Amino acid sequence: MPRAEASQALKDLVDYISAQMDEALISVEWAGDEAVLRARPQSVLKVLRFLRDDSQCLFKNMVDLCGADYPEREQRLEVVYNLLSVSHNLRMRVKVTTDEETPVPSASALFASAEWNEREAWDMFGIFFSDHPDLRRILTDYGFEGHPMRKDFPLTGHVEVRYDDELKRVVYEPVKLTQDFRTFDFLSPWEGAQAVLPGDDKATEGEDAGAD
Amino acid sequence: MAEVQIKPLTLNFGPQHPAAHGVLRLVLEMDGEIVERADPHIGLLHRGTEKLIEYKTYLQAVPYFDRLDYVAPMSQEHAYALAVEKLLGIEVPKRGQYIRVLYAELSRILNHILNITTFALDVGAMTPLLWGFEEREHLMEFYERACGARLHAAYFRPGGVHQDLPAGLLDDISHWAEQFPAVVDDMESLLTNNRIFKQRTVDIGVVTAEEAHNLGFTGPCIRASGQAWDLRKSQPYDVYDEMDFDIPVGKTGDCYARYLVRVEEIRQSLRIVKQCIENMPDGPVKTTDRKIAPPPRGEMKKSMEALIHHFKLYTEGYHVPAGETYTAVEAPKGEFGVYLVADGTNKPYRCKIRAPGFAFLSAMDFLSKGHMLADTVAIIGSLDIVFGEIDR
Repeated sequence: MPRAEASQALKDLVDYISAQMDEALISVEWAGDEAVLRARPQSVLKVLRFLRDDSQCLFKNMVDLCGADYPEREQRLEVVYNLLSVSHNLRMRVKVTTDEETPVPSASALFASAEWNEREAWDMFGIFFSDHPDLRRILTDYGFEGHPMRKDFPLTGHVEVRYDDELKRVVYEPVKLTQDFRTFDFLSPWEGAQAVLPGDDKATEGEDAGAD
Repeated sequence: MAEVQIKPLTLNFGPQHPAAHGVLRLVLEMDGEIVERADPHIGLLHRGTEKLIEYKTYLQAVPYFDRLDYVAPMSQEHAYALAVEKLLGIEVPKRGQYIRVLYAELSRILNHILNITTFALDVGAMTPLLWGFEEREHLMEFYERACGARLHAAYFRPGGVHQDLPAGLLDDISHWAEQFPAVVDDMESLLTNNRIFKQRTVDIGVVTAEEAHNLGFTGPCIRASGQAWDLRKSQPYDVYDEMDFDIPVGKTGDCYARYLVRVEEIRQSLRIVKQCIENMPDGPVKTTDRKIAPPPRGEMKKSMEALIHHFKLYTEGYHVPAGETYTAVEAPKGEFGVYLVADGTNKPYRCKIRAPGFAFLSAMDFLSKGHMLADTVAIIGSLDIVFGEIDR
């Protein structure tokens, strides 16, 4: 178990939190020596408030909030909160999953630093935060369309800009690549992700048939 | 006479302004000369670093980190290298760790010189800039001698550092470290008790420790508010736990305190630099695991296996076991973190870069409310903002 690598203080704290916040959490996971709390989307604010205010937690600094995209999952989008407790010198990660339509409650009322980070998550991933005071795009261009950090958004983007000397302004045009976009697949069928080799499916079919 | 409702004046500051420290567009709502609301528009330097990294191998992602905070490039690489090493589960040889700490501290001095002097320039003092940049030039020469580049180093790699230091470099750094305190003293004599400088910075942009935490502050900005928090002490990485240094803490949390903390940090960094040079051990500078770090050039001329390792590392790269980590270092500006998700392939699945300046700039509205227009310039200067890392 990776849990074994974590410090005793963190283990005790995670046990304490999962006992207190049982119905608000889906599960507790360990990523190496780092603890990850998976919270239910509707009760994430409750979890964050508890983590911030409880005297054993005091995670007063929301160091980072970011999105992540896993298109193969049913709920493809994920919000990751990285919290820091200066008083106890501990870090905690909280995760919430959502899809393109369902909003996540905004944490900006609890942590002022969440405001811009949520704007960024909205801009980059299209994660909608309810009750956010000012959910505008932040990093992309004025009038930008799409959410660039999603896995189905191409690396080159959809539009490119140039200055048009006749129109005397900057114009937007569809991207023209002078060379095909190159990606190399380095996954060999012998290691890494499990690739299905031609003919392998027959073997498992036979097994299924035999089991019946 | 009837009372007339005056609409607040909206003032556009930037995106090209010498005091904006880069391409910052600040939309200020003014009541006369008082700022009522500051709305920073960022993203003018957005290059999609995080997206690009998802399409590069772990090694190819290193140079992108130089281009974030280009004032102190090696500190960013440090966070990334530590994150990848954590997922790989490898240990860096002692000499590699010492070199990294040495250069991370030189980067800190590099950063603080630039910040203090440009901050002073913003509030009207020109000479510190001229003096400070001469020292920056010396430091960038040390960068160049170690890795071949003055700015975009790509020196700290997962597994250690790219190459060993050339002969004589440590002597020259220690010689420089002897004469440098005099320059800091000179710089301080121009600023610390300067009446104009104090009038422009004392009691401007005050943050309490509680507010600073809420705003996500880290680094010198939170230490200036009286919070003794430094990742080099509290969550030490590499050989920081073997170093003897102090954490300066400010009392007032205003622009002046942030300046004072940075000046003292320069002196403390110098202490670490000297300790690194004194105790620098011999040995390899990067991991000897040939599946992660390439073999030396000489070996490749003789060994077929070394040649294959080199070829595989620079085409396919190494595969990092699936997992995730949030690893942070004390960069000169504050906590610089990398949230890295690996899916078992040779490319990161997700790499979120946590830049300290992003949180600082998001506090601009809070800090400048009720201050004069000229004070926003002092606040921006004291927060130490670089757009490379904010816009990413």
